[in-house]
Amino acid sequence: MSYRRLLFFRVLLFAGLVTTWHLLVQFEVLPAFFFGEPAVVFQRTWHWFASGEIYPHLGITLLETLVAFVLGAGFGLGGGLWLALNPTASSLLEPYIKALNSMPRVILAPIFAVWFGLGIWSKIALGVTLVFFIVFFNVYQGVREVSPLVLANARMLGANARQLLRTVYLPSATSWVFSSLHTSVGLAFVGVVVGEYLGSARGIGYLILQAEGLFDINTVFAGILVLTILALILDSLVSRLERSVLRWNVRSTQTSPGA
Amino acid sequence: MAVDSGPAGAAPRSQPAIAFEHVDCTFRTPDGIAYTALRDLNLQVADGEFVAVVGPTGCGKSTILNLAAGLLTPTSGRVSVHGIPLAGLNRHAGYLFQADPLMPWRTAIRNVALGLEYRGVDRPTAEQRATEWLARVGLAGRGDVYPHQLSGGMRKRVSLAQTLILDPEIVLMDEPFSALDVQTRVLMENELLEIWAANRKSVLFITHDLEEAILLADRVVVLAAGPGTHALGEFLIDLPRPRDLAELRTTPRFSTLYHDIWQVMKDEVLKSYAQHKSRG
Repeated sequence: MSYRRLLFFRVLLFAGLVTTWHLLVQFEVLPAFFFGEPAVVFQRTWHWFASGEIYPHLGITLLETLVAFVLGAGFGLGGGLWLALNPTASSLLEPYIKALNSMPRVILAPIFAVWFGLGIWSKIALGVTLVFFIVFFNVYQGVREVSPLVLANARMLGANARQLLRTVYLPSATSWVFSSLHTSVGLAFVGVVVGEYLGSARGIGYLILQAEGLFDINTVFAGILVLTILALILDSLVSRLERSVLRWNVRSTQTSPGA
Repeated sequence: MAVDSGPAGAAPRSQPAIAFEHVDCTFRTPDGIAYTALRDLNLQVADGEFVAVVGPTGCGKSTILNLAAGLLTPTSGRVSVHGIPLAGLNRHAGYLFQADPLMPWRTAIRNVALGLEYRGVDRPTAEQRATEWLARVGLAGRGDVYPHQLSGGMRKRVSLAQTLILDPEIVLMDEPFSALDVQTRVLMENELLEIWAANRKSVLFITHDLEEAILLADRVVVLAAGPGTHALGEFLIDLPRPRDLAELRTTPRFSTLYHDIWQVMKDEVLKSYAQHKSRG
């Protein structure tokens, strides 16, 4: 199928689903109170952007996502590198890291709210905990799997310990950060929105929380629509970044290894 | 830094570049079984000499190079470089590995410049010299591509430039051309001989290909089948230099040498084959 035809059918599918939703609600097969009305949802979304009402919330959610990602990836990179190069520390900490990783970390949100307040930092903290482990495990695994041959070669070419870190471990660890980029940016976003949803004064999650309190299901759907569009935009930005940074990497076109 | 010492070097000519004396090398497998790769190995590479080591597969050829490079230490016996026992990495040696050891995240030119950067040469100078070396191995203008964009033969050339740019006194080569197709291989062998003739290094060249060994080397050492490999025999290759590899293959002297060495090697190859068969 040509791309044009494919695009046409994709749009058709979307239109069909929305129309079905509309008709089901219109003929009261589904109660509008619980399922909303697509026309109103689009109208609400349009109004948000037209009046500019949404921008401060959008800005805050994006800012939180960005900071959560940068901090989480930074700590993950540092921690993963450090632990992978310290066999003693890694065997000592291994069970605790496993425990922390298997814990459903979203449940830390109330604790972060108490520690960091209802401002942006409690959301960032939640995003960081999600991103950290993804990046951490990727880097940890990546450093341990650095090709012994590349290492031996670098040593034969005269690299000292610091140069090995700079020219072998760090670049290969960074490549693993980038290979988990889609997952980690996505999780930063999830952490932040969940944080907002559980208690905040601004952000898209806050809008949804408020609308839910008023049983305004259409606004909830509008919030979800905005979040979805935002997630898609973030994902395509990540793909672009990946292409420019990982030009050398044949792996970059594939999806990230397991989260 | 190896640059200031030419082939004549500071060391007296009487000392061999590399000497293995009664070297044993035993590995412990994960299940605790000791495997003796080398037993009582004696081997010498004179200054400026090209020595090829041939032997059946799995006879510990790579172990010999890792010992000479200082990546391994012998269980007993002694490895010395210019008469001085080797401790730690062999700083006089460049090592051309069998598999591809290039850094995938560095372009060809940055891979070649790597060793110079490690030695504190500033980046413009290092890249200038790397450009010259890329041209020397026939890759002029390909400096900005990444290893995965190069063919196997081209990656081998980059590795060769990466090793030789440091002008090591000793070059260790582990079946460097075994993964290449026949045409590329002949080209690379010719190039290697040309570079070697221009600036005589001591070369320890490991291969399983007897023909290649005879064509390139001054001396061919035949190894016994593993475990417990040792040198079975040595053959002086008195073919004149410079050599034209394509023509040399058809000369009677080459055939005689090939025949003589093969007589010694044959039994070991059969022995090794039988072992692999019974194991597998």
